Formats: sequence, structure tokens, C-alpha cells
Amino acid sequence: MASVSEFVTRTRGKKGLHFTDYLTYAYLTLGTIIMFGPVLWLVLSSFKSSGEVVKFPPRLLPYQQEMVVVEGYDEPLPMFRATLESGDVRDLAQIRRIGLESQLIDPANPEQVIKVNIENREPIESVEFNLNNYREGIQSFDFARYLRNSVVVTVLATALTLLVNSMAAFGLSKYKFAGRDAIFVIMISTLMVPISVILVPIFLVITNVGWNNTLIGIIVPGAATPTGVFLLRQYMLTIPDELLDSARIDGASEWRIYLQIILPLARPALAVLMIFSIMWRWNDFLWPKIVLSQSEFFTLQVGLQTFQSELNIQWHLILAMTVLTLLPITLVFSFLQKYITTGIATTGMK
Amino acid sequence: MTTTSSRILSRIYEILVNILDFVFGGLQRLVGANNMAYVFVLPNLLIFGIFILLPVILNFFYAFTGGTEFFLSERPYVGGQNFNQLFDCESFLEPNSCREDLFWRAVFNTAGYVFFQVIIMVGVSLLTAIILNRKIVARGFFRSVFFYPVLLSPIVVALIWKWILQENGLFNGILDGMGYDKIQFLTNVTWARFWVIMISVWAYMGFYTLILLAGLQAIPSSLYEAAQIDGASPWDQFRRITMPLLRPTMLVVVILSLIRAVQVFDIIFAFTRGGPGTATLTIVQYIYEIGFASPARRFGIASSASILMAGVLVIATLMQLYLNREED
Repeated sequence: MASVSEFVTRTRGKKGLHFTDYLTYAYLTLGTIIMFGPVLWLVLSSFKSSGEVVKFPPRLLPYQQEMVVVEGYDEPLPMFRATLESGDVRDLAQIRRIGLESQLIDPANPEQVIKVNIENREPIESVEFNLNNYREGIQSFDFARYLRNSVVVTVLATALTLLVNSMAAFGLSKYKFAGRDAIFVIMISTLMVPISVILVPIFLVITNVGWNNTLIGIIVPGAATPTGVFLLRQYMLTIPDELLDSARIDGASEWRIYLQIILPLARPALAVLMIFSIMWRWNDFLWPKIVLSQSEFFTLQVGLQTFQSELNIQWHLILAMTVLTLLPITLVFSFLQKYITTGIATTGMK
Repeated sequence: MTTTSSRILSRIYEILVNILDFVFGGLQRLVGANNMAYVFVLPNLLIFGIFILLPVILNFFYAFTGGTEFFLSERPYVGGQNFNQLFDCESFLEPNSCREDLFWRAVFNTAGYVFFQVIIMVGVSLLTAIILNRKIVARGFFRSVFFYPVLLSPIVVALIWKWILQENGLFNGILDGMGYDKIQFLTNVTWARFWVIMISVWAYMGFYTLILLAGLQAIPSSLYEAAQIDGASPWDQFRRITMPLLRPTMLVVVILSLIRAVQVFDIIFAFTRGGPGTATLTIVQYIYEIGFASPARRFGIASSASILMAGVLVIATLMQLYLNREED
């Protein structure tokens, strides 16, 4: 224990904690609550029953009323803790409610009906993580199909982006040819043209190519990212030309140089572009929404947004499907977080 | 175990290289070694030309033609009429006096959003980066904590916060527990605008924090040590060392967050759908609604509006770069 507190309170050269250190940890604690709290709240809420979800004030944990199966009754009966007129407190199952009167029976002795005012009974509840919302939600929200579409788009688009961008970056950084600088300048000048600015004409191009309502219509247009070419080119410029020349003397073709010298050496920059591309594609909404109008091609984000605008009030289903949507990226992040954060921080913006 | 699997993978890669080399080696003999550069640039250039450059040019054709037809050959040339229509206002400060009142509402909403969002975003990110740059326990963990929401999609972020802020949500539950009345966070104009900004900051601050943290870590610690020997206070060190040396990184962060804020769409679309009324309608949503969601698709107006937005983006960026150059 002493070693733990020593570890937590150790500081650079100073003895003990300065007041700014307390402020720092207070900020970090608060930050952790603000950043994770909402997601945790969403996950906890997604296990609540449809009745519990609309209850106000909301409770932290998902409670479920205890039910009991009694012989002679088709449906399971809800359990209540009732205070009888005699002052006894007993756990009873409710068979029906008429106005302000609740008719209860003892599950052990179902013959005798006990009548109690509804004011004098409290539901017996226990914390239960119920999967009903997930089961019910999946019937109208085709999670498996949307997930498959999202994965196909993200994987293929990222592979295509890495391939064409690294090829272009190699050509632009390691060769001298007519028009090279012009190509580079035009590409960089469109760095600021986001897809939202060219919405109408790019839709025309897609329509003419015949890619409406296809996954390829989402995958290809965004693959030639100026950002990616720029990032990779800057990185490849640092690879010494002598390496390439000696490979040429050994008889390697240009293509082999690209595959076996450039790509392995540019791995850190490729990793950063890969992370960016996965994030862009997985979370993309506006472009898929415009290209896709048939739900069989929806990605997760378009599917979820459509689902929530169709079922505006059915929060219990929306919550469960939102959790399913954020689950894959959270899993990926928890395994790769170190690479993602250091990757973006070090090579990402230079 | 891992060494065998990685050896197998590298073997597969080698075979793949050999096959491709056979194909492209032939190509190289055909076009010559130096012309292979064109082969490398071509795929990217094709996609870029068709899906970015061509649309940029076509956008101007849309902006200068009218009607509701989609195909350019069926659209009559109308000159600057679309732009005139957008600027047809009795007073530019009063959206109601404009012919395209929704456009001006969107412009004012977006301007307000950009102004407050960028200031809060840069401020919070800088503070967090400075704190993460201190000698703290578990820095990697806390860095990930602030970065986690960046990975969530805007739709998911919007739904999480809609759930928290709805009438019977967590915040109203806490207010109720403290004895206050419920607040209509999502249907009150001021609150909706406030929360649109706050959830954007919540969602993206981790990204800018990472960039600023990298900038802070690039400042040599010897500078601080020398300053300490000279008796400079922490505030002096921040003002005289940190701020000047962090300036290039700050510029990147301000430009990136600005560009992103001007184009905001999905997070607000899923959160308030531009409401209540038009209180959080943004420019991109306006372009989307008028070009793709309304029954009469007015592509000309949508394209004109998007050209105006792109113009503002370019001017803002150039101004930032220019101001920064002057002070150097």
C-alpha cells in the first residue's frame, strides 16, 4: 500500500505533491467522468426495460421487477412487498389490479386472495441486465447487414486509399517528370475542398457512372485523399535516394522498389493514414446518406440515424442499437489505443 | 508462434511481389523506367480528377444555371441569378427580410457556432494538453480517455447526448434531485445552441489535445531548465517559452477546428435536426436540405451556397496564414 501511494505521489525532483498536482489530478478525474460517463450511462440505460426507460427521475442501474410463475396463471406474476392491515409485511404476487385495489396472492399458497390498497405495496426489484432491447431492436434494425456494409466499405476503402495514395506519393516524391509540380499543387489546393462543398456535382458524377445505391459509390470517390498523398509524400522525401539507386543497380524494377523498399520504410506514415482512413470511413454519414437510398446498402451510421428518426420515442430500442454501433470501434480502440494516439500525435500533423 | 505466422505472411507478400513484378516489369520495359512515375501517379490522379476536380468545376456550372433539372444539359443558363437571389435582402442583419431567409439563418447560426466552438475547443484542448504534459501517473491512460470520443461517430455522439438531455433524462433527473424544475434542453433555442457547441467540443477535443500535446513535447526541456535557473516564474515560462514555441501548432489547430466547424453537419443533424425551428440549422444542412431533401430540388441555389462557403473557408485560412507570417 505504501509503495502504491509513493508511486502515485512521486514527482519530478520535488518532495510530496504541490497544490498544482492536486489540481491536475482533480482535472483528470473530472475529465475521465465527463468523457466516459455519458457512454457508461448509455450502456447502463440500454439494459433497462421499456417501462424503466421512461421513468422519471431515472435510476442509475437497470432494475427489473421480480416475476414469479404460479400454477393456475398463464403469465408470470409481478412480485410486491405488501403491508397488510394487520401490520405484517409479506412478499406477494399480484394477480390483478382494480382501481386503487391490488389483489395479491402468496405464491406458496395461491388459493387465498389478499386485497391491499396500491399505496401499501412496493414492487420488489433487483438489478438485472436484460437483453430484451437488443433482441427486439435487432428485429427492425438489421445490425448484421449494416455492420457487414460498414466493414466492407471501411476495409476496401482503406486498402484502396493506402494503395493509390502511396503509389502517387512515391511517384511524386522520387521521380522527376513533366507536370509533376503542377499535379502536386492542384492536389494540395483541393485539400480544403471537403465533400460537403461539392455535394451536388459529385452526386451528378456518381449518377452518370451509375454508382447510386452501390457500396462502390461510397468506396471509390473518397480514396484519392489529398491529405493522404501529402502525408505520405512528405514522409517518403526523407527516404534516401541512394537506397533506390543501389537497388536499381542490383536489377530491381521500379515496381519492386516501391513494394520492397518504399512501402516497408514508409510504414509509420502508412499506419497513420490507415488509422485516419478507418476513422473517416467508419464514421462517415453525409456521403453514404446521399449515395444510398435503399436500406439494404445502408452503413451502420446511416442505418442508425434512419432508425432513430423512424422510432423517435422508442428510446429503449434506440439505446440498445446505439450501443451495438459503438461496440466495434470501442473494441478496436481498446486494443490499439497506444498506436492510435501516439501515431496521430507524432507523425500525424507534421 | 508469432514469428512463424509473420514468416508465413512475409512469404505470401514475397510471392505477391514476384507476381506483380512479372506484370509491371513487362510494363516497365514497355514505357521505360522513368515513365513508370506516370503509372504510379495515374490511379490516384484518375480518382482525384473524376471525383474531386471535375465536381469542383461542375459546381460552377450548377451555380450559374437554374431550374430544378438535375442533368446539366437540361439546365438553362441564368448568369448570377442564383447569387443575386441568395443576396436578395433588405437588411443583411435580419434574415426575415431576405428572399432566401433560411440561408441567412443558417449563415448566422453557423457563424455563432464557429465563433464559440473554436474558442472553447482551442481553450479546453490547450488546457488539457498542458495538464497531460505534466509529469503525471498513467499519462497514456488519460491521453486515451480524452481521445476516446473522437472515435465515436457523430451520430452516436448525438444520440448519447440526446438521451442525457431529453426531458426525462439524466440531467433533468439530477436537477430534480436538487429540487430544481426541469429544463427543456433540446427545445429551448438558447439551450439547444449551447449544447450543440458543448457536444462538439466533447466529441473532438481529444484530437486537438493530441496535436497540441505533440507540439508541447517538441519544446526542448533545456529551455525550461535555463529559465528556472534564471528565476522565471511558471507563468513567465508559459508566456515566454511555451506560447511562442507552440504558435505553429496552435495555428494548425485553429485552422483545422475552424474548417471543421464551418462544415459541421452530421452531429447537429442527428442531435436537433436543425431545430428547434431553425435555431441550429447550419449551412451544410441547408445545402443538403435544399439540394437533396426538399421536394423541389434547387441544385443551383445549393451549389451557389456551397461556393460561397468554400470562399469563406479559403479566405479564413489565408488570413490565418497571413497573420501568422506577419508576426514572425
